[in-house]
Amino acid sequence: MSSGLMSYVWEGLGNTLLLTVFGALLGLVFAFIAGLGRSSERTWVRGIAMVYTEIFRGFPSLVLLFALIFIVPTFGYQLNPLFAGILALALNIGAYAAEVVRGAVKAVPPGQIEAAIALNFTPWQRLRKVVLPQAVVAMIPPFTNNLIELLKATSLVSLVYISDLTFSAQLIRASTGETALVFFGLLVGYGVIALFFTAIMKLLERMAARSLGRTVPSGLFGRKEVAA
Amino acid sequence: MNFEWSGVWDAMPTMLDGLLVALAATGIGYVIALVLGLVFAFLRRSDNRWVSMPVGFLVEFIRSTPLLVQLFFFFYVLPLIGISASPLATGAFALGLHYATYTSEVYRSGIDGVPPGQWEAATALNLSTRRTWTNVILPQAIPRVVPALGNYVIAMFKDTPQLLAITVVEMLGGAIAIGSETFRYSEPIAAAGLVYLVVALLMAWVARVVERRYGQVRV
Repeated sequence: MSSGLMSYVWEGLGNTLLLTVFGALLGLVFAFIAGLGRSSERTWVRGIAMVYTEIFRGFPSLVLLFALIFIVPTFGYQLNPLFAGILALALNIGAYAAEVVRGAVKAVPPGQIEAAIALNFTPWQRLRKVVLPQAVVAMIPPFTNNLIELLKATSLVSLVYISDLTFSAQLIRASTGETALVFFGLLVGYGVIALFFTAIMKLLERMAARSLGRTVPSGLFGRKEVAA
Repeated sequence: MNFEWSGVWDAMPTMLDGLLVALAATGIGYVIALVLGLVFAFLRRSDNRWVSMPVGFLVEFIRSTPLLVQLFFFFYVLPLIGISASPLATGAFALGLHYATYTSEVYRSGIDGVPPGQWEAATALNLSTRRTWTNVILPQAIPRVVPALGNYVIAMFKDTPQLLAITVVEMLGGAIAIGSETFRYSEPIAAAGLVYLVVALLMAWVARVVERRYGQVRV
């Protein structure tokens, strides 16, 4: 492949990684706000969090992406396409990950929370020092699934002409005509990136578990099924 | 440019045509996913490592790569090897294959959840392998996995807009077609989003009802 075509690959890879990483970080923010919001004592906070998760889980991410790119400008805001991509992916994955946060927080044994209350911890200290350190360990394996789903969803941005890996592959296909080879290579590329992210998450899981004095069974292929 | 609600209603007839296409793709794809997923689950349990390992690898590979790229792959590559199918059929197949890797995991957890005593009892009663599966294991494994399988219908439905990339005109595709004629994209896209949201929420409600009725193991 000529160096001109390789530059498409690098640009596409860069944008795909950018979309995945920033989509994940922003999605994490949405997930924690909505997930913790759903276990709030205030009804209106629970209500808003529930509406967010239900709506964005019921909405195809591609439609969301088109909505941000085509509908938002009619209200006078023009989003940067890459940012619109990150926002659409983050809103979508955040709604799924919010359920993970909610489940993990609910799974912390009640005795832990009672002990924190007995020790006169403030609600913030309770969350920060007791609930989250234990809940985060439980969140990481399902988050790995969410991250891979996010990586897969980044390919959608190619349909609104953002030059990610899939878009680059289309350009290369158009200029070389090597259809089967290009798409097969693209699939392998995504598979390798997914393995890379899975390995990083495995590392994070081990670090989080070690901070609680627990150990995690090793091995890369232990990804567990979580219902969509 | 302002947002005109009347444009949303004007797009609705096209949306209903698109909805039929989206439901057809979901339905055909779901049948493929249910059947192929069971096949994957069986093969992954095989005692022969030369069967279980490649199938396991294939399932993981399909599961970690984007559906959109798989759609492109089948759409462009199948004709090269002499298989010509309509875009809708190609799309439904790719959708079904993609979700078969998810359903196979669901079946696997359902089968693993059947107590070992049931297998031993089937052996003790000298049941054939086929009868062990059809009369003992699957009737106990499948009710367990109904809720998770229901969720995948909704997930598949929400992935149907991606079929527009291979020229299938479902709701989002229909919305873009209207936009390219009228130069107003926002209203038809909003209409598509509205229909997707309503149908997906409706499906979620049906899935919960089905789960309540059939989700228990009956002995």
